[in-house]
Amino acid sequence: MIYVENKDLVIPGQLLADEEYYSGRGTFKENGKVCSSLMGLVSLRNKKIRVIPLKSKYVPKKGDVVIGKINDVRFSMWDVDINSPYSGILPAFEVFGREKKELNKVYDVGDVLFLRVVDVDEIKKAKLGLKGRGMGKFKGGIIVEIAPTKVPRLIGKKGSMINMIKDKTNCKIVVGQNGLVWVKGKPEMEQLTKNIINLIESEAHTSGLTNKIKNELYLAIDGELPPEETEEEFVLEKPKLQNFKEELEQEEELEEEKNNKPDIGEVIEEFKRKNKNKDNTLSYGDNSNNSFILNNK
Amino acid sequence: MMSEMIREDGRKFNELRPIKIEAGVLERADGSAYLEVGGNKILVAVYGPRESYIRRLLEPNTGVIRCRYNMAPFSVDDRKRPGPDRRSSEISKITADALRPALMLENYPRSMVDVYIEVIEAEGGTRCAGITAASVALVDAGIPMKDIVVGCAAGKVNDEIVLDLSEVEDKEGQADVPIAMMPRTGEITLLQSDGDLTEDEFAKAIDLAMEGCIEVNKLQKEALMKKYSIE
Repeated sequence: MIYVENKDLVIPGQLLADEEYYSGRGTFKENGKVCSSLMGLVSLRNKKIRVIPLKSKYVPKKGDVVIGKINDVRFSMWDVDINSPYSGILPAFEVFGREKKELNKVYDVGDVLFLRVVDVDEIKKAKLGLKGRGMGKFKGGIIVEIAPTKVPRLIGKKGSMINMIKDKTNCKIVVGQNGLVWVKGKPEMEQLTKNIINLIESEAHTSGLTNKIKNELYLAIDGELPPEETEEEFVLEKPKLQNFKEELEQEEELEEEKNNKPDIGEVIEEFKRKNKNKDNTLSYGDNSNNSFILNNK
Repeated sequence: MMSEMIREDGRKFNELRPIKIEAGVLERADGSAYLEVGGNKILVAVYGPRESYIRRLLEPNTGVIRCRYNMAPFSVDDRKRPGPDRRSSEISKITADALRPALMLENYPRSMVDVYIEVIEAEGGTRCAGITAASVALVDAGIPMKDIVVGCAAGKVNDEIVLDLSEVEDKEGQADVPIAMMPRTGEITLLQSDGDLTEDEFAKAIDLAMEGCIEVNKLQKEALMKKYSIE
């Protein structure tokens, strides 16, 4: 028996289903019943129930790309704040190899870097590295903070949202999986982009968001609405919760898309890579669930 | 006879004071809630899970929760001396203990969740109201939980067992039994008793308080659903 539908809003402790269902992320099993442990939206696939949280803190995962700020310079490593309950470290050898240099002459306290999570140890400390395209220190620009769960929404389906903002504002934008976004362009455009990103975050659960943002952008830059098509979309407005649902669908789609072409731009590339990793962790979760069920028997 | 008794403020023996709960009221906190029960006004902010900056509190295999209950100097009729005192340290501790069984912080080892309960106006039953509001704020912060904890008190006034004591009833009454529970399983996470009760009266008080908890829990759920389903 299942008590909820796909994409329903649930709260912690809510009964989701009876024992024939498997409990995935955001759920737990007690006395054979599957219950939610988070406030979020139900994602149901086959017999596996997950709950996608509305809010959450970033927990470092191997392979993620993040934006971090140097907190401290130590003898052979940098301490990096990655907007998470766990701090990151950037060892000197990830930057210099075998060479010996003075650390604070390369990156100093307060510098903002684009990094990759190389490894996460058992106490969740993230080891960071700089291997990859576009990795390294940001010069200038501003940082905008959003909730990590809303990152897929900002990127949009196959990067539609982020590319639209990039094209229209002529800003360089880099999105980290930890919810930090770096924006560089003309100062007034930076401000506009920041406002747009904040708008996306606060309205992530409203419908027709890509179109709404498109209108906002055109109004702010050209002083007029974009021609054609948009009005139809407005008529087709769906109920309020629809958008988180879209986000969910998006996430699922991306998870399924395993053999993507790598030429859509670095940010999206990273995003997909991240999603592949997600798949790995998911299958890992599957295993643990199975073993759990075995134990039950 | 008992059900016909009307209390000082016109309530029936099993009637709660009017309750208003709102989730996500603070911009900068990870999670927050505002609650009014009768004349109580309570604001709760939750921060975390965040890096534990107090080394000795840190747990290698799970996250920890810390609570601070604080009454504003203007929250009571006589000015309250600001700062922690015996009473507020006690309530801070029992609140943390009442909330802990519901939390699932295994995925956040070595982290810390901070709960700040600020009583803006007090009118009896602030500890239960604080727990009720704190668990709404924890859910709003996106912290994994087994259930939403809810607090409610019962007591003995004029030889009758009544629900949800007001300040006057608390002061002039014969006993006060605040409890906190997880409504899904019916587990009690806080049980205190102040005053004299017979065994029967005590059992009756707990049953009544549990009924009250279930009522309050409905309002908690409503508040959370309202915050995220309606723009």
